Amino acid sequence: MSNQPTGLAVNAQGVEKNFGDWPVLWGLDLALNWGQLIVLLGPNGSGKTTLLRVLSTQVTPDSGKVSVAGFDCRKQADQVRRRVGVVGHRSFLHDDLTCQENLVFYSRLFGLPDPGQRSGEVLALVGLGHRAGHRVRTLSHGMQKRVSIARALLHRPQVLLMDEPESGLDAESRAMLKALIADWTGSGRTVLMTTHNADLAAEMTTMVTSSRTGYMQHGKVHFPDDDVLGSGDGIRDNTVPIPEPPGQREGSGTPL
Amino acid sequence: MSKFLQPVLVLLWKDILLELRSRDLVLSVVVFGLLVVVIFNFALNSNSGRSAALAPGILWVAYAFAGTLAMNRSFVREQEQGGLEGLLLTPVSRDAIFLGKAMTSFLFMLLVEAVLLPVFAVFLGFSVLSVTLGAAILLATLGFALVGTLFSAIAVQTRSRELMLPVLFFPVILPVIIGAVQVTTSALGGNTPSGLDRWLPLLAVFDALFLVICPWVFSVVVEE
Repeated sequence: MSNQPTGLAVNAQGVEKNFGDWPVLWGLDLALNWGQLIVLLGPNGSGKTTLLRVLSTQVTPDSGKVSVAGFDCRKQADQVRRRVGVVGHRSFLHDDLTCQENLVFYSRLFGLPDPGQRSGEVLALVGLGHRAGHRVRTLSHGMQKRVSIARALLHRPQVLLMDEPESGLDAESRAMLKALIADWTGSGRTVLMTTHNADLAAEMTTMVTSSRTGYMQHGKVHFPDDDVLGSGDGIRDNTVPIPEPPGQREGSGTPL
Repeated sequence: MSKFLQPVLVLLWKDILLELRSRDLVLSVVVFGLLVVVIFNFALNSNSGRSAALAPGILWVAYAFAGTLAMNRSFVREQEQGGLEGLLLTPVSRDAIFLGKAMTSFLFMLLVEAVLLPVFAVFLGFSVLSVTLGAAILLATLGFALVGTLFSAIAVQTRSRELMLPVLFFPVILPVIIGAVQVTTSALGGNTPSGLDRWLPLLAVFDALFLVICPWVFSVVVEE
């Protein structure tokens, strides 16, 4: 594992985050090693995206300590941003710029030495080298997702955070994504991805040796292999309902 | 190039490129500004006797309305596809992001004003060749761009952003509009001797204050 700092890639301790009265993360602990892949499953609203947003410095936790690549997410946010790549639900791309222009734009913001060359490299990596000069709005949703993945890889992040990266991708693109994640972790980098697709999670954990599948529930990450919650409780297939979080008034929910 | 200035220029380059591609901002704002001039011209029946008194007010009301229209678009572009989120994920300082967006607004507004000014001059019968008028336009537009960019960033996060921006923007920018009208009145030969001595330096002071306060407030606003 070269060029990676010592210590943990991601270290979160006692993280809590509330949106108004609604607690999303409650005393979450998470430790990721270098070269590790963590696939997070969990129902809607279980806090997967919030966790990724906390780790990428987009959201400040109400309490707890979070560090990425050894840097404190609150006090050294700029250092964290240099080391984290994010694939979100939205592409972060400008529709009226070409793929190449979008990537050159972000490369310059990251202060990369040769933005043109690096943009070409990552576009080739996601199989879109031939569409470099095409405006993003002319691409299909799946292709836009691939450009978004390329954007996240531009600055060679040490930790890659991917929020349902497979959504909108066809079978071929999914294979590309899986190979890419395997390569990324193989080079000693760390990947944390969320998904609703249990099959994909199983495939990924088979492909990457140092990988684990976690389940987001009760505002925490649970690893069944730690036997925290045991098995056969419906967590694996995402059917466990989210219980009423503590502190909620009775009858305050909105019935459907 | 300094580490701070580089991302400011990168943002400027991106916004100019997007405007050249879409042509939806400058063109529509120019057309809107022209309409305001024409409407004022007929509504107030500004014949040569009254034009000296009315011209500064009409000029700055048109610029302020046109500016609001331009500011509304400033962060809407960044909101589409999560562009602002993407910007915030880069290690670029929030100050640099703000100044990049403000500089873009400043240049777009200057362009619009440069196109509209000769038309105003023809309709309202004044000369555009005035250093004082130029100084007033530069200073007031800088103030507009700084405050407008800040409130555009705030308003874009609300549901009724088109309504919210003028409600937030005009109370804060009012001293700049008053100052700009006073200086313009002096520049066009009106009877306000205090226009140059008092209001021109005051416009510069407002700009200096906005240059310090607006980036700081922006950093706080976009953090979450």
